[in-house]
Amino acid sequence: MPVHPSKSGAPVVALHSVGKAFANGVVALERLNLDVRPGEFVSLLGPSGCGKSTALRIIAGLSEPTSGTVEWLEAEAASAAGPRRIGFVFQEPTLMPWATVAANVRLPLKLAGLEPNAPARVDAALARVGLSGFAQSYPRELSGGMKMRASIARALVTEPKLLLMDEPFAALDEITRFRLNNDLLALWQSLGKTVVFVTHSVFESVYLSQRIIVMTSRPGRVFTELLIDAPYPRDERFRTSADYVDHCRQVSEALTRAIAATEGP
Amino acid sequence: MSEGRAKDEARPRVDRVLRVLLPIAVLALGVVVWELLVRVGNIPPYVLPGPRLVFSTLIADWAVLSASLLVTLTTTLEGFLLAAAGGVGLAVLFNQSRLIEYSLYPYAVILQVTPIVAIAPLLLVYLPQQAAVLACAWIVAFFPVLANTTLGLRSVDHNLADLFRLYGATRRQVLWELKLPAAMPYILGGLKIAGGLSLIGAVVAEIAAGSAGAGSGLAYRIVESGYRLNIPRMFAALLLLSVAGIVIFFALSLVSHLLLRRWHESAIVREV
Repeated sequence: MPVHPSKSGAPVVALHSVGKAFANGVVALERLNLDVRPGEFVSLLGPSGCGKSTALRIIAGLSEPTSGTVEWLEAEAASAAGPRRIGFVFQEPTLMPWATVAANVRLPLKLAGLEPNAPARVDAALARVGLSGFAQSYPRELSGGMKMRASIARALVTEPKLLLMDEPFAALDEITRFRLNNDLLALWQSLGKTVVFVTHSVFESVYLSQRIIVMTSRPGRVFTELLIDAPYPRDERFRTSADYVDHCRQVSEALTRAIAATEGP
Repeated sequence: MSEGRAKDEARPRVDRVLRVLLPIAVLALGVVVWELLVRVGNIPPYVLPGPRLVFSTLIADWAVLSASLLVTLTTTLEGFLLAAAGGVGLAVLFNQSRLIEYSLYPYAVILQVTPIVAIAPLLLVYLPQQAAVLACAWIVAFFPVLANTTLGLRSVDHNLADLFRLYGATRRQVLWELKLPAAMPYILGGLKIAGGLSLIGAVVAEIAAGSAGAGSGLAYRIVESGYRLNIPRMFAALLLLSVAGIVIFFALSLVSHLLLRRWHESAIVREV
């Protein structure tokens, strides 16, 4: 039932010694090595400004690395002629305010010229995130959590293999965040996607991930990597278990060391 | 539901009624004071006609005035449509090509900052009268549309732009699906200003043309009545111009409201 990362499998995408320096001199990433394995749920964890969002944008192809390479799995590279099948969820819901929820979710299909069976796929995507009744609503009529659901539905509508999420729940209240965490895990388990999740919350990363990559900042680099071996499905019981607290402590310590290593002597 | 809720709902309604009633009351008061002033002071109509005389002149001269109104309104509408098309079109062109923007934008600004009253006589020398009047209306009205649309096209949410890039959107798709809808509130704001300005442009050109001895628009009637000391007709024509301006403003506000009411902050009535 749970989808486990095939550790022997070739990575879906791999960053090799990737560096990114911006024109203003800020070095966001330096010699970053990162493998994303098929079907896994991996989180990038680090303080603000550690380049985790930049790494995600480089994977998405929204930003070009200034050094190093991004390598895609053979099967993915084959479809590289068109836009890669990636779903991206931004920190903000990033919906078009002038379009209905359905039109927003349909957008990726429309841009790809996949209109013919769009209505059915849009309906399915909305149903998956529990927004079936809100297809004709406008974004401003939705709550923050519902907007984020619409954003996730849009990312899923093209049925991407890889889902990239950039602190998607950071702006939500805790109750909503917990619910969306659970729903996201359920989606991941049922759909078998690979998820790369950027967050600065230790608790969120432990709850969701199989693997947590802790990053240092300025320049962004991998500090260490931790496996969270707790079984799925994870639910509220896991959130209050000693096991969870244990993992949180380890990750938290790793993060503290990463920050200390950054600040240095 | 509770009484408090009912009171909250009643407040906006009272507010709306006041917003309509108060200006009307002020207008009525003004008219009464004006009429009294003329009667008590025994002011002759060639100095200041009373509102009753203005109104009866409006009815008596309706044949002449309505024909002139139609001329001015036609010019205004044509100038407005050309300004809307030209302003939005140029802004889109500038947005698509930086080189064209660099080459032409300064001249659009120069056209805007040079007083139209000074350009009108020149235009009348080089263009047939109707074309010159139209050109004036266009010159005055197109710049706010251009400036606002340019701003709107640049105000696209960066994340949305990234999203379009991620899904491999073409330039055309970005323009039609993203930039133009995002710019819509700005464009409508520009059009609202352009509506009033195209009327001003038409009037300025008519006055310039009128002094050259031709024309039949409302502004020309004003100048002509001035020469003949037919002050009541002057006031009647002015009244018509003013009403035309008000109607244009409200019509454009209504269009803007209808287009934006579902999604834009400006068109949403907030419940406090």
